[in-house]
Amino acid sequence: MTSYDAIVVGGGHNGLVAATLLAKAGRKVIVLEAADAIGGAARTEAFAPGFRVSALAHVLNRLHPDVVRDLDLARHGLSLDAGDMPTVALAEDGEALVMHGAYGERLAGASAAEAEAWSGLRAQLFRYAGILKPFLARRPPDLAGLSMGETASLAKAGLALRRLGREDMRDFLRMLLMNVTDVLDEHLEDRRLRGLIAFDAVLGSHLGPRSPTSLLGLYYRLAGEIGGRPGAQALPKGGMGAVTAAIAAAATAAGVIIRTGAIVARIGVDRGRATGVTLADGEEIGAATVVSGINPRTTFLELVGTRAVDTGFVRKLGNIRMKGDAAKLHLALDRLPAFRGVPADALKGRLVIAPSDEHVERAFNPSKYGAFSPEPVMEITIPSLSDPSLAPAGAHVLSAVVQYAPYQLKEGWEAGRPKLQAAILARLEAHAPGIGRSVLHSELLTPADIERRYRMPGGHWHHGELQADQMLMSRPVAGWSGYDTPVDGLFLCGAGSHPGGGVSGAPGLNAARTILARRG
Amino acid sequence: MKTWDAIVIGAGHNGLVNACYLQRAGLDVLVLEKNDWIGGAAVSRSLTPGFLYSNCSYVCSLFRPEIMRDLELPRHGLQVIPYEGGAVFTQDGDYLANYRDHDAHRREFARFSKRDAEAYDRYARDVIRQCRFIQPLLLRTAPDPTSFRPRDLGELMYLGKKFAGLTAEEMALTLRFWTMSIADFLDEYFETDVIKANFALSGIIGTALGPMSPGTAYVLLHHYMGEVDGSVGAWGFARGGMGAVTRALADSFRAAGGTIRTEAEVVRVLVRGGRAEGVVLASGEQVRGKLVVSNADVKRTFLKLVEEKELPPIFLRRVKDFKIRGSSGKVNIALDSMPEFPALPEGSPCLQADMHFTDSIERMERAYDDWKAGRWSADPFIDMVIPTTLDPTMAPPGKHFMSCFVQYAPPKVEGREWTDADRDGFSESVIAQIAAYSPGFRERIVHMEVRTPRELEAEVGLTEGNIFQGELTFDQLLFNRPVPGYAQYRSPIGGLYMCGSSTHPGGGVMGAPGRNAAAEILRDLKRGTRDMSDAHDVI
Amino acid sequence: MNDMILPARRAAQDHFRTLRLASPFQPRLEALNRREDWYGWAGYKAPQSLWDEELEFFAIRSQAAVFDLSPMVKYRIEGRDAEAYLDRLTLRDVTKLGVGRVHYTAWCDDEGHVLDDGTLFRLGPDRFRLCCQERHLPWLLDSAIGYDVDIEEETEAVAGLALQGPTSWAVLRDAGFAGSERLKPFDLADFAHEGGSVTISRTGFTGDLGYELFVPADAALSLWDRLFAAGRVHGIRAIGYAALNRARTEAGLIVANADFVTAEHAVRADRVRQPDEIGLGFMIDAEKKGYYNGRRAIEAARRNGTLRHILVGLEIEGNVPAEHAIVYHRGKKEVGLVSAAIWSPTAKRNIAIASLERPYGDTVVDDLWVEIYAMRELRYQKLMKRAKVVPRPFVKLARRTASPPGIF
Repeated sequence: MTSYDAIVVGGGHNGLVAATLLAKAGRKVIVLEAADAIGGAARTEAFAPGFRVSALAHVLNRLHPDVVRDLDLARHGLSLDAGDMPTVALAEDGEALVMHGAYGERLAGASAAEAEAWSGLRAQLFRYAGILKPFLARRPPDLAGLSMGETASLAKAGLALRRLGREDMRDFLRMLLMNVTDVLDEHLEDRRLRGLIAFDAVLGSHLGPRSPTSLLGLYYRLAGEIGGRPGAQALPKGGMGAVTAAIAAAATAAGVIIRTGAIVARIGVDRGRATGVTLADGEEIGAATVVSGINPRTTFLELVGTRAVDTGFVRKLGNIRMKGDAAKLHLALDRLPAFRGVPADALKGRLVIAPSDEHVERAFNPSKYGAFSPEPVMEITIPSLSDPSLAPAGAHVLSAVVQYAPYQLKEGWEAGRPKLQAAILARLEAHAPGIGRSVLHSELLTPADIERRYRMPGGHWHHGELQADQMLMSRPVAGWSGYDTPVDGLFLCGAGSHPGGGVSGAPGLNAARTILARRG
Repeated sequence: MKTWDAIVIGAGHNGLVNACYLQRAGLDVLVLEKNDWIGGAAVSRSLTPGFLYSNCSYVCSLFRPEIMRDLELPRHGLQVIPYEGGAVFTQDGDYLANYRDHDAHRREFARFSKRDAEAYDRYARDVIRQCRFIQPLLLRTAPDPTSFRPRDLGELMYLGKKFAGLTAEEMALTLRFWTMSIADFLDEYFETDVIKANFALSGIIGTALGPMSPGTAYVLLHHYMGEVDGSVGAWGFARGGMGAVTRALADSFRAAGGTIRTEAEVVRVLVRGGRAEGVVLASGEQVRGKLVVSNADVKRTFLKLVEEKELPPIFLRRVKDFKIRGSSGKVNIALDSMPEFPALPEGSPCLQADMHFTDSIERMERAYDDWKAGRWSADPFIDMVIPTTLDPTMAPPGKHFMSCFVQYAPPKVEGREWTDADRDGFSESVIAQIAAYSPGFRERIVHMEVRTPRELEAEVGLTEGNIFQGELTFDQLLFNRPVPGYAQYRSPIGGLYMCGSSTHPGGGVMGAPGRNAAAEILRDLKRGTRDMSDAHDVI
Repeated sequence: MNDMILPARRAAQDHFRTLRLASPFQPRLEALNRREDWYGWAGYKAPQSLWDEELEFFAIRSQAAVFDLSPMVKYRIEGRDAEAYLDRLTLRDVTKLGVGRVHYTAWCDDEGHVLDDGTLFRLGPDRFRLCCQERHLPWLLDSAIGYDVDIEEETEAVAGLALQGPTSWAVLRDAGFAGSERLKPFDLADFAHEGGSVTISRTGFTGDLGYELFVPADAALSLWDRLFAAGRVHGIRAIGYAALNRARTEAGLIVANADFVTAEHAVRADRVRQPDEIGLGFMIDAEKKGYYNGRRAIEAARRNGTLRHILVGLEIEGNVPAEHAIVYHRGKKEVGLVSAAIWSPTAKRNIAIASLERPYGDTVVDDLWVEIYAMRELRYQKLMKRAKVVPRPFVKLARRTASPPGIF
């Protein structure tokens, strides 16, 4: 049996980040990826001859600066051009509103009064997101007893809060768990802007803009940064796969061995300690440290098995809500689509179809009962505009994240998929007349497809709803939020752990730091 | 002209509780009520001969026992009869009952699921643990977390210590309780839809939230805080209707020497040099007072009774941003005979408590979707009681009074004011739902009082008809209620206080805001609060 | 969903008319009950005492006593993985529990806090019965994730009787249960009864020679009659809980929610206990191969010395029972509470079961006192009595384990 110091299960970006940091600290590390390619949900894949696309995550907006620095990703081929990638809020009819700079430093297409109101709200939101930001790169506080370090960091957060000033601190405390619609009601009027912000707050979660706590989703976004610019976003050259490729290059350089097509069937446990893994083909690999970058529930219920852990823990894993509510659409287009009301230079940005916050809320309603809205909301990118290598000359790729698409569709996704695709295309057609005729190929990934293809239970890209009750000390489950688990030597490092999903590398970073802080 | 020591605006239960405490502390107190009846939303009125309605609130559960004792309400005639059962009717012709007896409760659940039957104890244990944590906060003034005053720091320490006293597991549950939806929370305990619906209703009553909205688990606690050591969420009827509560309060107040004037609508609070000096009535009459306490909600008080120029802009902004949100209505029905519910077996105690027809979370949530769209629910959630099954004083012999609390009803219908036709449509949705379970129901109706948010606002003065004078979401709880910086019953205007449900700890016929406000006033007057009972021990 | 079909569900509606269920033995209990001294036991009507508590107690120690066990919560656990399932669920090593054997065990939550104790009967290679005080179906079902096992609650379907006392075997013999003499302590076997069978185990809750008998509820009365017909000459008596409670105290046995609070019912989080804190440490086998619920926490508490309580037997001077008395060290420092106490008629000693805060009762056992408030004619007689930690059981009887059993 071959042995390593550490085995990382899952070659997604978090697994790779953790592996790299462990290897850099001198550990002998192997990464086992079940698929034929690394990257997990951060991959660039061909979906039609000559057309490639960021298969799941398609916009980079939160790769953690510590990850970029500690892995020296620039040296390994990551080019982070956070030049102005605008966000465009399409209007029901008429001109779109365009956010320029890092999350709307400038607004184009809004009234002066609205622009001013936005500028005030934006500053406020960034201030408050800034209070929460330091928590991203830290283990959640341990409720069973705060260490000195944790107490100090909490005290620091408290101090930062005090420094906001009294009225700002009051609003921070008041707004923390508010819903985004109420915040919009307090500040903004422009339906396009309200729709966009409502959409961004709930993207990737099973919440509507009116659901209390939905503002947290926006804070989570604004706590991200690209190239030192909070709230900025970028389309990585070569698609999201290029980001993972850079991380993998860093990993390899650090001595990590990466094996693809290596399906882990079991994580071995003996007397409460992880001993290694067994692959589907029966091969055994030993290690005293096993780090799982895959879903927490899969890790325990399938790979470790329930027999080696406590019932209450199994119960908590079962209670994690992780039913994906977003679908991914890829279109191969024979020409550049023409979106009505969108300035030409904004087309390379992120286009959001969410005409108003009420519209987003209405689209959310059916998803509560296992149906999708006939008028879904979505965020669109045309990555081939900034990276022509993704499509044949003259042709283009359209990539869209579409909400809401409930994992447990009542009629089943086999029947539902073509209907959802038709609904999405109808929306696209309304905003980009003629787009339907230019579609050469299409691919719609429903949560059921995402679950199958990327081995993500529920097709949930955060490996568990990122809602207040599943954050921080409650992520993935209360009592085990610090990357360690009831099995000694077995750690979690994926999006199911704090702080959650998105291509940030933060869970992988925090997990590796936790492991390295342990002796041995 | 006489100058009163204190003028209380509004003879609702909190206004009267506040007035009682102030009067008993030696102040000369005048309560001004705009209607020709007192009670606000805790009122029993006869609108058709022989019948007495609990026009608004209809159940006595949250009223703090400390207040009942201090103000001697039993002596002044208050009698409470506990619920004997309760039921949710299912669409398949069965029902799920809530029985007071622990084993009967389990056997009833076991009819639907043996697992759920045996899950109840753990659920009740977890809810009780949370109630025990929160209940002591009800009769305390919320600390201002931005303040360095010793009292605020002391209270913050108290909160911190209470939280630190929990085990890690309890803390985690507390954090989750405050942020989860009641639907998700119940999913962790139960598998049967009707059982979940049976508990979920406490998470939505009075709020403009659906059972799938995060935060509704807390609302459930709010309804369960009646008593923490008895059965979870024990509720009961006030004999003579909910007006009996305010009648007893008024008697207690008058017995202590207080004065109540009805048909005396306050239209403005007199402010000079940043201090309240009295009020102006609709008649133009001025009434002087050394201090003024408003039982009206925070919006009505500061946006209607006080001139804008008297208020700091940030306070004004926050008052405007306060979310009140009418979400419910009321249909009170006089019946010429006892309605039949064929699903219930002969002799079932369920008739003597609250009955519901919403047997799934999905139906409840869909009713909420209608509210979001600005419509009353096509398939509403109804909390129905027939108090006359236990209290014959409310109807002529053989006849009955039925109270239906109805959710959801928006403050405006698709953006416009309610019309009489809307009101009829709203009441029809209620009658139709009941009639589907009670043959011949329509024929028994002799009179109806239908109260949409429009009527609740116009008659009782509740802005948007919200029964809690403001949503019970975290942004409006504790030190945020009603607005940050003014969560201690005082206002930016010297001598003007708030004592309504807009203030901590919120709505329901609880009396805590009125009492807590009195405690703060007496502190400001440097008078002792020794006549106030300490909050009950939770040991 | 476990939904029964609608007609069955509706047929069960009327349960609300009878809040206390009748045991399958109710007609016989009613006939013998002269005192009408009933209490509620897990939703059943059960006798506190039938005619005379004192005589009932001596039936246990000197004759044959019959106690109706039917209200005990019972689960049938069956399936290919039943053994592995129960091995993970409960503290003791179930792989060592042979077919036809019974053991007393307990089960814990993740923190190692005891959810309940009970007896586990191995009826077949893949068939078990778990008897306990509280209800645990959600916990049992959630524990079954990953196991091929069926779990069914069968409290109402199965009637149970305890037949305890020196002449209990003589009663069985005369009732025609041939082969019952071969039952050693904690053995069980099936015997023919009325065309069906009765499961008899040599177990009990009295510390005496005794048996427990389980039959389908519809065979309950005939079993009763069979025992009583045979038992007349052996002094067979039906007894209530008061007598049993004395016998179990003498035997030093604990009762859930009397001597400790079960973890899922503890409203106050500090009331929960690990096995080592309630005298069940003997169930923990450091060498047990499989993981069991709470193992991690239990072993950590042992390793880190974080156990806070201990359950001990006390012998108290004098003869006034110290029920619910506070235990002091040096007469001043409060160190614990008595949860059960009687004047032992068999040992002729004043005995008690108490829960103490470590190190008291553990390494510090001298100078312990109990403060007894004895209500005598509307006055508390306050007594401060010296207490000595003694091993349990307080009463140890050779006949309990004698094999073959004697006739006595």
